[in-house]
Amino acid sequence: MQRQKLVVIGNGMAGCRAVQEVLKRDAGRYDITIFGAEPRVNYDRIMLSPVLAGEKTFADIVINDEAWYRDNDITLHTGRAVLAIDREVGCVRAQGGLEVRYDRLILATGSDPIRLPLPGATLRGVVTFRDLDDVEAMIGAANGDSRAVVIGGGLLGIEAAHGLVRRGMAATVVHLMDVLMERQLDTSAGFLLAGALAERGVETVLGAVSEEIVGVDGQVTGLRLKDGRFLPCDLLVMAVGIRPNTALAKQAGLTVNRGVIVDDAMTTSDPAILAVGECVEHRGLCYGLVAPIWDMCRTLADTLTVGGGGYQGSALSTRLKVSGVDVFSAGDFGGGEGCEDIVFRDAGRGVYKRVVLRQGRLAGAVLFGDAADGAWYFELMRSAKDVADIRETLIFGQAITEGLRGLDPSAAVAAMSDDQEVCGCNGVCKGQITMAIADQGLATLDAVRAVTKASASCGSCTPLVEQLLKLTLGDGFQAQTGPAPICKCVGHNHDTVRRAIVADQLKSIPAVMQALEWTTPDGCAACRPALNYYLICAWPGDYRDDKQSRFINERVHANIQKDGTFSVVPRMWGGVTSAAELRAIADVVDKFAIPTVKVTGGQRIDLLGVRKDDLPAVWADLNAAGMVSGHAYAKGLRTVKTCVGTDWCRFGTQDSTGLGVRLEKFMWGSWTPAKVKMAVSGCPRNCAEATCKDVGVICVDSGYEIHIGGAAGLHIRGTEILTRVATEDEVVWTICALVQLYREQGWYLERIYKWMARVGLDAIKAALADPADRRTLYDRFSYSQRFSRIDPWAERVAGRHTEEFNPLSRRLEFAPA
Amino acid sequence: MNAPFVEVLPLEPAMTWIDVGAVTDIPMRGARRIPGPGGDIAVFRTGDGQVFALLDVCPHRGGPLSQGIVHGRSVTCPLHGRVIDLATGEGLGADRGGGCAPTAPLRVVDGRVLLGLCQT
Ligand code: SRM
Ligand SMILES: Cc1cc2nc3c(=O)[nH]c(=O)nc-3n(C[C@H](O)[C@H](O)[C@H](O)COP(=O)(O)OP(=O)(O)OC[C@H]3O[C@@H](n4cnc5c(N)ncnc54)[C@H](O)[C@@H]3O)c2cc1C
Ligand code: SF4
Ligand code: FES
Repeated sequence: MQRQKLVVIGNGMAGCRAVQEVLKRDAGRYDITIFGAEPRVNYDRIMLSPVLAGEKTFADIVINDEAWYRDNDITLHTGRAVLAIDREVGCVRAQGGLEVRYDRLILATGSDPIRLPLPGATLRGVVTFRDLDDVEAMIGAANGDSRAVVIGGGLLGIEAAHGLVRRGMAATVVHLMDVLMERQLDTSAGFLLAGALAERGVETVLGAVSEEIVGVDGQVTGLRLKDGRFLPCDLLVMAVGIRPNTALAKQAGLTVNRGVIVDDAMTTSDPAILAVGECVEHRGLCYGLVAPIWDMCRTLADTLTVGGGGYQGSALSTRLKVSGVDVFSAGDFGGGEGCEDIVFRDAGRGVYKRVVLRQGRLAGAVLFGDAADGAWYFELMRSAKDVADIRETLIFGQAITEGLRGLDPSAAVAAMSDDQEVCGCNGVCKGQITMAIADQGLATLDAVRAVTKASASCGSCTPLVEQLLKLTLGDGFQAQTGPAPICKCVGHNHDTVRRAIVADQLKSIPAVMQALEWTTPDGCAACRPALNYYLICAWPGDYRDDKQSRFINERVHANIQKDGTFSVVPRMWGGVTSAAELRAIADVVDKFAIPTVKVTGGQRIDLLGVRKDDLPAVWADLNAAGMVSGHAYAKGLRTVKTCVGTDWCRFGTQDSTGLGVRLEKFMWGSWTPAKVKMAVSGCPRNCAEATCKDVGVICVDSGYEIHIGGAAGLHIRGTEILTRVATEDEVVWTICALVQLYREQGWYLERIYKWMARVGLDAIKAALADPADRRTLYDRFSYSQRFSRIDPWAERVAGRHTEEFNPLSRRLEFAPA
Repeated sequence: MNAPFVEVLPLEPAMTWIDVGAVTDIPMRGARRIPGPGGDIAVFRTGDGQVFALLDVCPHRGGPLSQGIVHGRSVTCPLHGRVIDLATGEGLGADRGGGCAPTAPLRVVDGRVLLGLCQT
């Protein structure tokens, strides 16, 4: 019988694998011809990254050499693109006029890299990353002092940048999103990846919009970003995505959407033509990885030979190929009913692992730093196995899970041998722990931590160590006491976290979460605002405030009301106002139809019921009259109440109004663990109620009494005297030093009176006794004020965070379905 | 989430998909509001780039969920601190069972956010 003619367009990964699968099933069935536009045999495209990095040569990555085509009787036309398909006649026409007849045709044309239509996109030195020619162009451009910019922080862009650095270039990845590889990674893993790349010399610029590619004499010289930044470069790589290569199919009249449409048998709308690889669209999906291509090739070969089989779509996993950086991602982290996150971090080894369960099954996994269990998780995911019974140990990986499965926790611990490891971070075995407990009479978790280091790092083995304590001591075991952890996300208390931020120079929320091994991907509404404050306090000049970690009031600089409107309280320094200010307030009230104007208990005026969208305009008018935010919403300095003092009062001993205004003008804008209210009274009659404030000053003939620790809210507390000083300057210095001490020691949301109860008034006095200590505290406060004595209203009037105040889109005409 | 291209399936009848903006217009771990005839709709973006839409009304006392702190796949209501699951609109943990913020049909195509609206 005459052999049927099988023609394949595309000598890439899909085309050749399809042929291999066909040969495997029925070697004699077809007379095979392959057309390839590239002038070379079939190679492993994914290994172009190691070739670029100089870790492999082209010869290493060839999959099928010339002998293979010869031995299998395959006619190969390299460097010849197919230009047209004639479906009526059943033949293809290639470059050079070559025509070949087919009975069955396979389209495996892959995809084209997307070129952003930026000005300058056609300059010399602007390349994409798809085939060996691209790699050779990049290597050609790389020399000791040349620079590359890569647009696109996905898998390809990162591998390109890493490769170029390995070739001696300086490389910067510019990424539109805030997280590298955001389709595969979450914020935590993306943060770690950026750090690992930085260590390897790859810089990253996130959240950056490219505007123009700049060149001189037709050669690229740099990239300009929308925010005005200019990144000089001699080579610009665009790695922003791929587009299925469907031109030929379209022109032949096949059904094409985003890709060439195929059914479950991999057949196109023409039964004689099949398609496979990145050029196809199956059940609405286009794929950009090889694993699904292997699945497709098996089905396609079945269709062409034995029949049967059907492609059902593929689950996907990704591994980054940057040497020394272990990254794995699979499945999705999308929400849904019954979704649950399990997170493990090991700061010592730089490991972050997160698995997502949905309805008791594994739905996704991200692994950074230790991806050894990637394949295991992927298999659990694909098989959709119920993992409820291994949930407790799932995150520790296959070895531990399979070692302990089926035992109840205490039996499992009892069954462990003495040399089995309990604490992975510090390498402590069961025997060492039980021996320490018995020999040294340890009775608490803390004692075990101190002596053996077990559970002292990431804390994930804490349940095991507690089991061991119980097992060894029986009823003698006491559960843990001491300061409570910040929240459910982490085992550490506020003090530990604050100390680590300073000692380990942690300067961002993801950095703290990684170093202290948070068990959630991005914290909660309790720990994030606390961390944001601790970081601001520790690194005033360096830390970039994370507004998404602030309560709404601090995010929009107004107080939310029960109906979703806001209240606006401008500062009235020391409670003193003027006709001009009052007039401006009255005008704003009229202009924006503000329903309520009220005098507050803090000696100023509250405008209540302002619509969120109106806030910037209201502020603009108040700013124009010289008024700034009163921070009535802030964990920060609120008000400094004053009385009229020597200016008017017949009993006044000092200028209480002037001192109050001076304190407020110096200290406004400062962030503190909880709100700080102050007052200055001109004599012991105390009309400004200074003795129930966080910090109060009572003026007396001989000078000033500084009081602290009052409250008149949930709890009523009179103040205690901190010290007496003689001059106004000393009042300001002492209060600033005191507030700085509180800023550095207070736990988030802990008012001064609670902090004082915790550390003791004597300790506070001692810390402030030495003038030199007072001075350094004062200096730290002044330094941090350089960055916070900025009116947040004016910044937003000027256009900062406009997205916060504007709706996402215009008003919808219909309600959601 | 690994597929470089994720295409949507054919649209259901009687629903129109309206483009309301780019995913990147929504701050990460944040939300934006869209006014509509049945009240505001809150569109959230989580730390791992997922997008969700809920009616901007807390099941407790109607607080604007769009103004809360977004963490994991949930939001903490700004008024009294209920923690709401973004995917279902229901309370989580101790807040379970206290009613539900209605979800709105949403799709993301090529980085654009589409809301499914009912034209009747
Ligand atoms: C407006 C005002 C009432 C008034 O109309 O007079 C007020 C209004 C609120 N107070 Fe107050 N407090 C106001 C003076 C006070 C005072 C009196 C004072 O400052 O001299 C106290 C007692 C003194 C004290 O703080 O010890 C006071 C003790 C509280 C407390 C209890 C604090 C505590 O630690 O015990 C809270 C609750 C909290 O902060 O957690 C609170 C919380 C609030 C909040 C912020 C409730 C909230 O979280 O939404 C109210 C905001 C309303 C708004 O949108 O403006 N407010 N509040 C006063 C604003 C002063 C200002 O100009 O900034
Ligand atoms: C640098 C790099 C790294 C990658 N890393 C990974 C990875 O780690 N993991 C992973 O799973 N995937 C990775 N990929 C993706 C993977 O390589 C692709 O999914 C895979 O190559 C697609 O196979 P294909 O056969 O559909 O397309 P291709 O391999 O691109 O093959 C298509 C071939 O068809 C030819 N062609 C097109 N039109 C015509 C025509 N008209 N006539 C003749 N020939 C034509 C093209 O020249 C090309 O050679 C990577 C890709 C690149 C570029
Ligand atoms: S108490 Fe003292 S300062 Fe206050 S009004 Fe009376 S006299 Fe003046
Ligand atoms: S309205 Fe949301 S918690 Fe009360």
